[in-house]
Order: sequence, then C-alpha cells, then structure tokens
Amino acid sequence: MTKEPFIHISRREDMTFARAVAIRLIGVLCSLVVCALVIFVITKLNPIEVYRAIFDGAVGTARRTWVTVRDSLILLCVAIGLTPAFRMRFWNIGAEGQILVGGCVTAAVMIYFGDALPGPLLLLVMVVASLAAGLIWGLIPAFFKANWNTNETLFTLMMNYVAMQIVTFCIVFWENPAGSNTVGIINSKSKVGWLPELFGLTYGWILVIVLLLTVGMFFYLRVSKQGYEIAVVGESENTARYVGISVRKVIMRTMAISGAICGLAGFILVSGSSHTISTSTAGGRGFTAIIVAWLSKFNTFTMILVSFFLVFMEKGALQIASQFKLNENASDVITGIILFFILGSEFFVRYQLKFRKKAVAQEVSK
Amino acid sequence: MEKQVEKRADGQAYAIELKNITKRFGSVTANDGVCLSVRRGEILSILGENGSGKTTLMNMLSGIYYPDEGEIYVDGREVKISSPKDAFALGIGMIHQHFKLVDVLTAAENIILGLPGSEILDMETVNGKITELAGRYGFELDPRQKIYEMSVSQKQTVEIIKVLYRGANMLILDEPTAVLTPQETEKLFAVLRNMRKDGHSIIIITHKLQEVLSLSDRVAVLRKGRYIGTVDTARATESSLTEMMVGKKLSLDIDRPQPVAVKKRLAVNELTCTNDEEVVTLDHVSFTANGGEILGIAGVAGSGQKELLEAIAGLQPLTDGHVTYYPPEGGEENLTEKTPAQIRQLGVRLSFVPEDRLGMGLVGSMDMTDNMMLRGYDSTPGFFTNRRPPRELAEHIVDELEVVTPGVSTPVSLLSGGNVQKVLVGREISSEPTVLMVAYPVRGLDINSSYTIYHLLNEQKQKGVAVICVGEDLDVLLELCDRILVLCQGSVSGIVDARSTTKEEVGLLMTKTGKEAEA
Repeated sequence: MTKEPFIHISRREDMTFARAVAIRLIGVLCSLVVCALVIFVITKLNPIEVYRAIFDGAVGTARRTWVTVRDSLILLCVAIGLTPAFRMRFWNIGAEGQILVGGCVTAAVMIYFGDALPGPLLLLVMVVASLAAGLIWGLIPAFFKANWNTNETLFTLMMNYVAMQIVTFCIVFWENPAGSNTVGIINSKSKVGWLPELFGLTYGWILVIVLLLTVGMFFYLRVSKQGYEIAVVGESENTARYVGISVRKVIMRTMAISGAICGLAGFILVSGSSHTISTSTAGGRGFTAIIVAWLSKFNTFTMILVSFFLVFMEKGALQIASQFKLNENASDVITGIILFFILGSEFFVRYQLKFRKKAVAQEVSK
Repeated sequence: MEKQVEKRADGQAYAIELKNITKRFGSVTANDGVCLSVRRGEILSILGENGSGKTTLMNMLSGIYYPDEGEIYVDGREVKISSPKDAFALGIGMIHQHFKLVDVLTAAENIILGLPGSEILDMETVNGKITELAGRYGFELDPRQKIYEMSVSQKQTVEIIKVLYRGANMLILDEPTAVLTPQETEKLFAVLRNMRKDGHSIIIITHKLQEVLSLSDRVAVLRKGRYIGTVDTARATESSLTEMMVGKKLSLDIDRPQPVAVKKRLAVNELTCTNDEEVVTLDHVSFTANGGEILGIAGVAGSGQKELLEAIAGLQPLTDGHVTYYPPEGGEENLTEKTPAQIRQLGVRLSFVPEDRLGMGLVGSMDMTDNMMLRGYDSTPGFFTNRRPPRELAEHIVDELEVVTPGVSTPVSLLSGGNVQKVLVGREISSEPTVLMVAYPVRGLDINSSYTIYHLLNEQKQKGVAVICVGEDLDVLLELCDRILVLCQGSVSGIVDARSTTKEEVGLLMTKTGKEAEA
C-alpha cells in the first residue's frame, strides 16, 4: 500500500505586499547565514570581516561608490534595452553585440570628427550614431524572425561575434600607440567627445539619461499603444493576428528600440566611462542584464535595485580577492548563494507547503 | 486495522465506493463531501454542468489528484491512490478527453508503451492479443495502423483498448462522445454495453442527457462540487435530471424566431485552403450567409470549420476562391486575401468568436479591461492608450451578462469557461457587427449560460446580423439555426433547412464527402 503524499504544494491566494517583502527579506537573511557558514568552512576567515570587505570594496570611499553607481547605471541601461524584447518573448541575447557596435561607432565619431565638430554637436552625433548602430544590429535578427521565423536566440548570439570581429578590425586602424593592439584612451588630452560633468557630478549625464530611460520605458510598456501591442504579441501571436496587429511590424519596431537602447549603452561606456574601445568593452553586461531584467519581472524601477546589487557584489569581489588573497570566484559563490535564496523566496511568495498531518501521525506511530 | 464497509443487500461490496470525498484548490472547493458507488457489471453516468467537479472527482480515482478528505474503497477495501500506477494496480483505467498517444507509432505500439515485458518484443503475439481483445467487445481496430492515419474515433478505440490491455476492469470515460458523430457514438455505446455484460464497471462523464438515458443503469448528479444524489435511469427523465443538475426547473426549448428581412450579406465562392503540410483543409467551399438568419455549420471535429471561419476573417491564406461582402447599405466589397486590419478599414463590421478563446480571442494573462481594448485600442487618437472606454465596456458586460469575476482587473484566464465565453461574446457583439461568426459558442458552458448565449445569437439575428454558428451538438443546431451547412473533410456535403431536416440526415452528411453526396 502506498503512503499518502507527505507534502502538498498549493498556490497562495492571500499574499499581501508586506508579507511578500517579509518573505524575501527572510530569504536574504538566510542566504547571508549560509554564506557565512560556507566562507568559514572553506576559508576559515571571519565571515563578518569578509562581508565588511565586500561593503568596503563597493561603497567604501566616495570614488568607489561613484564607480559602483556608474556601472550599475550602465547595466541598468542595457537591462532597460532588453526589456521590451523580452516582454515580446523575443529572446534577445545579443545585447553584447549591440553595445559593442554602439560603442564602436561612438569611438569612430570621436576619432574622426573630434576636431571637426563643436563639442555639443559632436556628442549629439555620437549619440545618434550609437543609437543607429544598435538599432541596425537589433533589426537584422528581427527582420529575419519576422519574415522567415528564424530562431532569434541563435541569431542574436551570433551577431555578438560579428560585432566583436568588427571591433577587432577597427582596432587595427585606431591603434594608439602603434603596435599596442589597443586603442588607448581616445582624445586623452583634449577630452573631446567625453561626457562632461553635470550638476558638478562626474557621472551626472549618465544618471540623467538612464533615469529618464527608466521612467520612459516604464510608461512606454504600461500605457502606450505600442507597449500594449508588445504585450499582446508576447502573450499570443494568434490573438495579435486575430485583432489585426501586424506581428511583423511589432517585432521589428520593438527590436529596433531594444537594439538602439543597448547601442546607447555602448555610447555611455565609451564616452562616459572607459573612453576607449576593445572587444571586452561590453564585458558581459549584455548577459548580466538578462538576469537583471528577469529578476525584476520587467519592472524598470525594480531593475535599479537589482543592477545595483549585482554591481555591488562584483566590486566587493575584487576587494576580497585582493584583501584576503582569495580567488575572485569566491564572490561569485556568495552572489550565487544569495541569488539562489532570492529566487527561492519567490517560490514561497507564490506557493505554500502543506504537510499532511495524518502522514506525520503515521510516521510517528511506526 | 481495516475499516468495515457497509455491504450491499446481496452481501457483496461495491466495485468502487467513494465516501465524503473533498478536494480543494486554494479557496475553490471542487468536490465537497461527494459519495459515489458503482457495482460490477454496471454503467454509471456522472452528470453535471461544467465546473461541477466531475473530472476532478474522477482524477482522484485515477491517481492524478489526491483527495483532501474522504475515503476510497475498491471491492470493499480502503485504498490510497496516489499515482496512476496505483490506479492501474487496482484495475482502474481512465480514458481522458484529450488523447495521450504517440502519433508516429502504431496502435499496438501505443498500447504496450511503458509496460514491462521480456527483452525481445514479439509484436505478432501482441497484435494477436489486441485483435482478440478488440473482437471480444466488438471494437474495430487494426493494431498495425499508425495513429496519425486514424480518425478521432479510432484513436479513442486505441485509448480504451490500451486501458483494457493493462487489465483494467473499471473504466472511466471523460466525455467520450464530445468528438464523435451520432453513428460513432452508437457504436461506442454498443461496445460499452458488451463490456458491462462481461462484468466491467464503467463510469462515464457526460452532460448530454439523451446519452445518459440511453446508456447507463444509474446516474449520479453533481452540482457545483456537491453531490446531489444517484437515481436509477429507468425512473429518470430529461427534465427530472435537468432539475437535479441545475437546481431548478428549466424549459429546454430553444427559441427560434422566424427570420425577417433576410438579405444576402456574405458570399463564399469556391474557397480552398491548404495547411503547412500541403493538406487540403477546405475544398471548394461555396455558400451564402444572409442577414437576419443563423447559418449553422455542422461536421465532425476537424472537418475544416476552424479554417473556414479563419479564412473569412482574413487569418488563413487562400489557395483559391473569393469572399464577397454585401453591406446593408448596398454595393459590395471584396474581402478575398484581406488582412483583419484591412477588412476593418473597409468598414466591414465582422465579429468573430474563435474556438480557441484564450489562445486567440482573448489574452489569458490580461484583465478584462485590456481584453476589451483588443478591439479598437488603436482607434483613439494619440500615442497612449485610453483605458476608460474599455473599462466601462468591461463593467457593462459584467452587469449585462452576469459575468462572475472578482473584478474587471482579474486576469481572464482565472475565470471559468462560461465566464470567459461571456467576456468574449460580449466584446464581439458590442461592436454592433453585421456579420457574427461564432465557433462552438457553448462549449464548456453550463445550461444557464448556454441559454444566455443562444438568446444573444437570436437577438443579433433579429437585428439583421448574419450569424454563422459552428456547433458540435446537433440537437442544438437543429433547434437554433435556420439553415445548416454540413462539412465533411473540408468540403460541403450539404446545406439543409434546419426546420425540416432530421438528426439522422445531418449525421449521414457528416461522414459523406461532397462528391459522394452528389453521386
């Protein structure tokens, strides 16, 4: 005779916002405890010390804090770019390439037109060029998807490698100093084409641009007709066709927007942050941003927190690596454990476990 | 400690007995203290409207769900069924509404799939055993035939034999006749009667009253998850069963007002379609639909009904043929090869309630307001959507059609089938159409909701709308429609006057292709 099922999983119906937050906080606390145990068992270090080092590395000084904020904003920008595509269930994993081409044309404009155009106009040309480059890079896979239903996952992924090759090719022309096989800091003396300060903040412009995008994308998806069309196409192409939405048009338009914003992230990287271009300019942000977008359930405001957390941990990793002579991967382990608990707490927000009293009684009576 | 069961008068235990079974899904109680029993050599019907908990109850017998409360007895012994494997071990087999067969395998291969056996598979012996089993009960089945070459009724036969082959002697059939023609239904019933003679216990889930009366020995009735009672079929009538099922007396007649001001509205000419696999789905279909009239479309499932409506709505590429629309104001518009958006731009008010409500007509994850907005969201000026008119329409439909929902901002996929249909029909009618196409408008609806829908269709007809209604219940089509077009394998096998034709005539047309009918 088989036993009754011991645990039943059922959907929660009565979840309040406060309880959901509480569950997630408990998840984070649990993760910190588990991390502490893991750190202690493996490295014999005081976990509190390690946590403090992570904190120190990310926001220990004003300069570190600003770098963390800057990198969070750039990651956020890419995540915002990916969001409309993912809302449409278009698996754009080509942000990496879209960032690279955006950054590449930005660098090109800085190099070739740096002396020819007045500052503000130059910056404007750079912005437009990066938008256009990302747009084209996003539009190519969308065009093939819309017309021949090609698989966008493979297509966008392969476009990343094409973008890398283009950058490699360009570096040959832009080498500085010659023979270094790198571009070096572009316009390092004149700082032409560098994003200037705003409100006295080094990264003021980045802050303004990305926050505007955050708000804009939020409302674009929630209340605009185009955002509505994206949602319908994403949920059911059949329904979209049934009501006369041109699925083809929506796919191409949405990917153009998605690619353009990722291209703009390339501009921010080159003009506002690194002032150079290399094949590692995107640095995996195109992939990390996917995690940011999904973890935030496509809410652009939640993305602010998520991207800050991920960058925070990344900066902390560098610190514990140098301070305790630990491998950088140690922080990946910590990030992984924390993410595991955060994702796991989503399960408890949606479902509850019921233990069967009878079954428990039976076990005991044996 | 074995619990003692009440014995029947003759001292024998019931084959299956359910006692006080309760099953909840979250806050919804699907079954509330249901008791049920079936003897050996008996056919028991479980009757109830959709959402009354019939399938949930049976899923607990077949090991898919586990009851929250209550006991199950098989042959007088209390049992726990926590997986389909347990159910099989007890001799309980369920034939689901949606078949679970592998298309590219033969009937025999599907039947033995997953069964333990010796290392070397001797298909000849298996085939022989299957043929013997089929012959005993009067099934017609070629064990070597591939599933994809089979009709729906043949696939059902495979499902039943699959269960018998595993030694089940208690069979549960979930709405087995929904996909069959009247003739196929009769054949199935003959087989089931043979099994009863052989001592098998059969439970059949249905909501068709005539079938209950002609087939079963006893009927158990459920209403909204509660057990109402079991009666001997011999002492039941259609109206007594309806009363048990619905809880009040109901008139079962469908209104059919005389058509007035009949006017040609839509002409379909030699329409031909092929699907992705180059199979002809519509074969030179021609007919006219008139304003002020309900044109029924009958046919076995998959005879081209879906393709026909979609072709008219501009959702299917045509290989041949024309669709012409005659506006009430006069003139004519060619709709051939037009997209839905182009049709709308021509000013043709064509409404369409597709078969796949949540996959095509509505977006399940969106709320009622957003679903109302699907029609006409782009007719307002500006970049942003205006959610006020759709919200008002949603609230209006909730009031008018008595939609049961926590509110207009609940995702429609959380509503019951009947309410989903009301939302969809309500939206499509709200645009004041001149042509209204509905596919299986009452599928999955309870009796009250069904009559609401019939009433709405009649209302549209009297307004002069050309109503095209694809249906599966012939009795309903015969009572509701003015004319009935019968489709068979994608071609028109006849267009008959619904007032003078008979169920038998339509049933025969359903299995005859147009060419045979002419010969």
